Amino acid sequence: MKILVCISNVPDTTTKVKFVESDTKLDTAGIQWVINPWDELSLTRALELKDDASAGVKSVTVAHVGPATAEPTIRKALAIGADDAFRVNAEPADSYYVAAQLAEVIGREQYDLILCGIESSDYNGSMTGGMIAEFLGIPSVSAVSDIKIENGAPIVIRETDGGREVVSVPMPFVVIVQKGIAKEPRIASMRGIMTARTKPVRIYEPSAKEPLTRITVFEKPSPRAACKFIDPENPGQLIALLQNEAKVI
Amino acid sequence: MSVLVYAQNWDGKFKKSSFELVSYGSKVAEMLNTSLICLSIGTVSDEELKKLGNYGAGKIIRVNNEFCKILDNQVYTDIIAQVALKEEASVIIISNNTEGKAVAPRLSVRLKAGMASGVSKLPLSIAPFTVYKRTYSGNAFAHLVINTDIKIITLAQNSFSLIETPNNAGIEDMSVSIDSSLLKTVIKDTQKQTGRLLLTDAEIVVSGGRGMKSPDNWGPLVELASVLGAATACSRPVSDEGWRSHEEHTGQTGKVIAPNLYIAVGISGATQHLAGVSSSKYIVAINTDKDAPIFEVAQYGIVGDALRVLPKLVEAVKELKK
Repeated sequence: MKILVCISNVPDTTTKVKFVESDTKLDTAGIQWVINPWDELSLTRALELKDDASAGVKSVTVAHVGPATAEPTIRKALAIGADDAFRVNAEPADSYYVAAQLAEVIGREQYDLILCGIESSDYNGSMTGGMIAEFLGIPSVSAVSDIKIENGAPIVIRETDGGREVVSVPMPFVVIVQKGIAKEPRIASMRGIMTARTKPVRIYEPSAKEPLTRITVFEKPSPRAACKFIDPENPGQLIALLQNEAKVI
Repeated sequence: MSVLVYAQNWDGKFKKSSFELVSYGSKVAEMLNTSLICLSIGTVSDEELKKLGNYGAGKIIRVNNEFCKILDNQVYTDIIAQVALKEEASVIIISNNTEGKAVAPRLSVRLKAGMASGVSKLPLSIAPFTVYKRTYSGNAFAHLVINTDIKIITLAQNSFSLIETPNNAGIEDMSVSIDSSLLKTVIKDTQKQTGRLLLTDAEIVVSGGRGMKSPDNWGPLVELASVLGAATACSRPVSDEGWRSHEEHTGQTGKVIAPNLYIAVGISGATQHLAGVSSSKYIVAINTDKDAPIFEVAQYGIVGDALRVLPKLVEAVKELKK
């Protein structure tokens, strides 16, 4: 079984984002780039499956669409334990464009399980996984919080609005992963960092695809009014404010 | 031309979020000077479907066949796509919830329709079609232009108020032919959460963090939630420690919620936590540290020990409800 983990390169989640060029572009000065948190958990789970000999996972490959500046993030994924990687050398214009590029390569290279995080922490699109599956005409299961391999067949748990379901789908399919899939992201060991340098990263030029959307400008959320402090000895005052001023209880 | 809303049902029933979606769709249809069509998939009674008419649906389409019984993303995508094409939908609106996230992206590729997710306002303009969406996990919003003839929007939950526009909408049962080979999802087991208010549906949420000090201290927090009719939530360290279930984790990688009132108890307000709750209409913070970042986003704050403040709050709410 070959597993592919799609990763997005995002600003560290503690970043205070700022914009430049009349609020049309992210100010990248001083930003630490990381693997999108959900993708990092997907990668961790893929590697756990590979460690379990009974699961029969032959390889874990990492996929990314982005310019060469994303190389450190891909190397980090290799250091954590992925076997190899490919990068489509293009600006990720929108989710449709990214998914189209990934689907093109996946169609050629053939993977059995394709893992995508449910969302990226930058554009919060929640789109790429489902789009890849539709481009390839294969099933997708979304909001997956657990995946096991039993007798060579994947069994997943998907979260629903108000419960969960144990689901089986024939391979190949796209697993859209949410919290719970792995407890803590795996950290690279020193040996992992050393070996990552020589692991293969295939670089592909993009195929001719067009994005369907574009962002024209970013806005910061409007600042909230200053906090009103209430005497801790008299919290009844808070309840009165919530009832009469905010009118929310 | 039309605007199409896909109204998900839960065991044959709609929720307040369904009616928010229809209210939103009705306003978008008004902007485009066209009519609103609502699509329901699965077994839903006429009486329940009629409720969609109260919020501006001009026509209600019901698709119900043997393939609709479980959510298979390919089957549902196929149904919505067929209906959208038949009704010449120019805008398709779906909830940005678990099911919406599963289906809408597939639909985007299927119809080659540009998609915007997590939209929280009416379109900013019609030409070019520009929407307002959450980015950077709530630290920014983007104006996003969709360039295609068909547009897909997923609406953030609790971002649009109900608007009653009574319309005596007719119900049309539409038969849609489905290629049976599409249905590949097999459900082996189902666990349903019953009797408890769903976190993502709740209008009031009481949430605890590390400041609660021990899993044994949750009694008064749960009681406060109970007297307020609220759901309970927690921060990531609390769920990681196993003090509370993972389903309660709100934040960047947990649940993203937007209740009318979020009461953060013993939560410092790390960026990752705020990413999950910053769209709440009102935030109350209770924390011993007056410099905690949670107070920067809260409208009301109490600097004090949660374990001492909570019982007093419970008493005050009980007094109010008398």
